[in-house]
Amino acid sequence: MTVERFPVEAGHVLLFRRAVGYPDGDITELEFAPPTFVQAAAQFQPGYRLRPGPEKWWGSAGGPGTMPDGGGRLHAEQHYTYHRPVRVGDVLSSSERPGKTWEKQGRSGTLKFAEQITEYHDQDGELVVTARSVSVLKVEK
Amino acid sequence: MTLVQAGEWREMVLVDDLTRTRIVQYAGASGDYNPLHTDERYAREVAGYPGVFAHGMLTMGLAGRALTDWVGEERLLSYGVRFTAQVWPGDTLNTTVTAESVVDGVAEFSLVTRNQHGATVISGTATARVG
Repeated sequence: MTVERFPVEAGHVLLFRRAVGYPDGDITELEFAPPTFVQAAAQFQPGYRLRPGPEKWWGSAGGPGTMPDGGGRLHAEQHYTYHRPVRVGDVLSSSERPGKTWEKQGRSGTLKFAEQITEYHDQDGELVVTARSVSVLKVEK
Repeated sequence: MTLVQAGEWREMVLVDDLTRTRIVQYAGASGDYNPLHTDERYAREVAGYPGVFAHGMLTMGLAGRALTDWVGEERLLSYGVRFTAQVWPGDTLNTTVTAESVVDGVAEFSLVTRNQHGATVISGTATARVG
């Protein structure tokens, strides 16, 4: 995802740490973000499609909801390279580019893989984290 | 003497009897509210799954703690996984992290997370500066 400004705030890091099973410890001394925290840059992406907003949401309400266009893709792989740890107080920005695509033939259909590379830079322009994500879409025979 | 010796391994129960609320907690913290993970009716009736399942990134995040509890939060150089099976409410996840090598102060780890049936849900590798 491309996010112009992703401030790494102590409260957000605390909520994320709790969600991935870390005990609270001394919450006034949080220094580092957990290894997968940069995924939460989505919070700062305007109009992020997996976040309900003012427009109609596609999950259930009175009815069961509807499958959105481009739905059905699943997360196949996630890789991070840490050029330095992400610290509370950092202000990151991210830029995304497509990577490789490939296909695998399975018994019940075709698996279509697509790679995306996301780089997270800090406020001084230094590269902090490089993320490589692979998603897969199963196309039934 | 480094923090980690080649051949050492650690095991950790990441979650016991995963709740739907934990999945929603991760949705709120990460910002990924995909109804596949947060909306039982949508997951069953529209997407055709038995019900909601955990974000792969929740499992990867939980497993990350097995690494940082061992080497510290600031020493990781890389961490990557493949998602090999879905994680469902009620699952209990157990992770094993093994130090495969330590060369020039950098440890290479393998990591595998299994559910209560012994099925691998994620497998991956990590490197950390430990010297």
